[in-house]
Amino acid sequence: MSPAPLSAAFRQALSEAWAKGAGLVLPVTFFAGAAVIVPLGIGTEASLLARVGPGILWVALALASLVTLERMFQSDLEDGTLDLWLQTDAPMSALALAKTLAHWLAAGLPLAVLTPLLGIILQVEGERLLPAAVAYGVGGLAFFVWGGVGAALVAGVRRGGLLIALIILPFYVPTLIFGSMTVASGSLTGPPFMLLCASTLFALAAAPFGMGAALRLAAD
Amino acid sequence: MTDALISATGLGIMRGERVLFDGVSVEALAGEAVVLRGSNGAGKTTLLRILAGLTQAGAGDVARPAKMHWIGHRDGLKPNETPAAHLALWASAWGAEADIIPNVLERVGLTRAADVSARFLSAGQRRRVGMARLLLDARALWLLDEPYAALDGDGRALMLDLIAAHRASGGAMVAAIHGAAGFPVSREVAL
Repeated sequence: MSPAPLSAAFRQALSEAWAKGAGLVLPVTFFAGAAVIVPLGIGTEASLLARVGPGILWVALALASLVTLERMFQSDLEDGTLDLWLQTDAPMSALALAKTLAHWLAAGLPLAVLTPLLGIILQVEGERLLPAAVAYGVGGLAFFVWGGVGAALVAGVRRGGLLIALIILPFYVPTLIFGSMTVASGSLTGPPFMLLCASTLFALAAAPFGMGAALRLAAD
Repeated sequence: MTDALISATGLGIMRGERVLFDGVSVEALAGEAVVLRGSNGAGKTTLLRILAGLTQAGAGDVARPAKMHWIGHRDGLKPNETPAAHLALWASAWGAEADIIPNVLERVGLTRAADVSARFLSAGQRRRVGMARLLLDARALWLLDEPYAALDGDGRALMLDLIAAHRASGGAMVAAIHGAAGFPVSREVAL
């Protein structure tokens, strides 16, 4: 198997994400908006915000990752691109992973980059901001990869966005648990961060097969 | 059986509770053109998708010794993709030569539309992009679903030229066509 189809799929997904506005603008706006309205809702008391802030960011990150996922594979199915990808030499699972990583690069990584800023708004202590941003980056990758399975499963379903959330949210649980433990510990050397990385690696290893099988079924 | 580019025997498939077709066999040797006949809804597209390996047959076996092109109703163009970018993408995905793209675009009459986003292209122009994919990578077997759909007179003549050249070079094709084929048909499969 040559890597050519994979890099082509990656580039196509990246330019698609930008063209459709899925990159940067939509998820970032959603994420920032969700995080910023929290102080308005629960009050601006600094100690309270510092306690709930990191958790709010995890929830907002999980939801923001779902915002753009719906169309990721659906448009491929509708315009016939999926048929062409299924006929390349590369396995569909690898192609789907390449597309998901491109999508994460366009829509997911900017979220992690934004977290220190939102952390300041939510009164997170200064020395914790950077380790937290790394944790949000690693955890967000798992959100996107699992979300890709949901997006592949509902590729043939109209208005399947909510369905993705229902199917995929349970898979977000380990990431959320280890992720909030990592941010609470404020360190990237302890067991919580190791477990967070492990859950993301597991997602990267297991989810592509689910995506590949679901996409084959969608084209059938 | 020695040089069949595709051979399928005893194909059958259920759609819902209904048997769409059963016991269908298709074989295409080098230089042959097989035409699928049947009314709307008879399962021509489904049969082609089974041959292409996209749809799972309920019964029967397909042997696919040759590489194939699949040109269906959905043309595989993204709304923001230009024909030139589309061909460059698939040339790189397939490991084909990218420097023949300008020639291919000229051959299918898309030179002027090469840098126009696909959402501004007409149905016939999008169809021609599919034809350009046939030329981009030489493959022995073509699976064509309604190859003349949306094409104008020139486009149809061009398609016939491509088919004739393909068969002369030892290629084979299986096509679903309504009405006159316009080329010598080796075999018809009725659904």
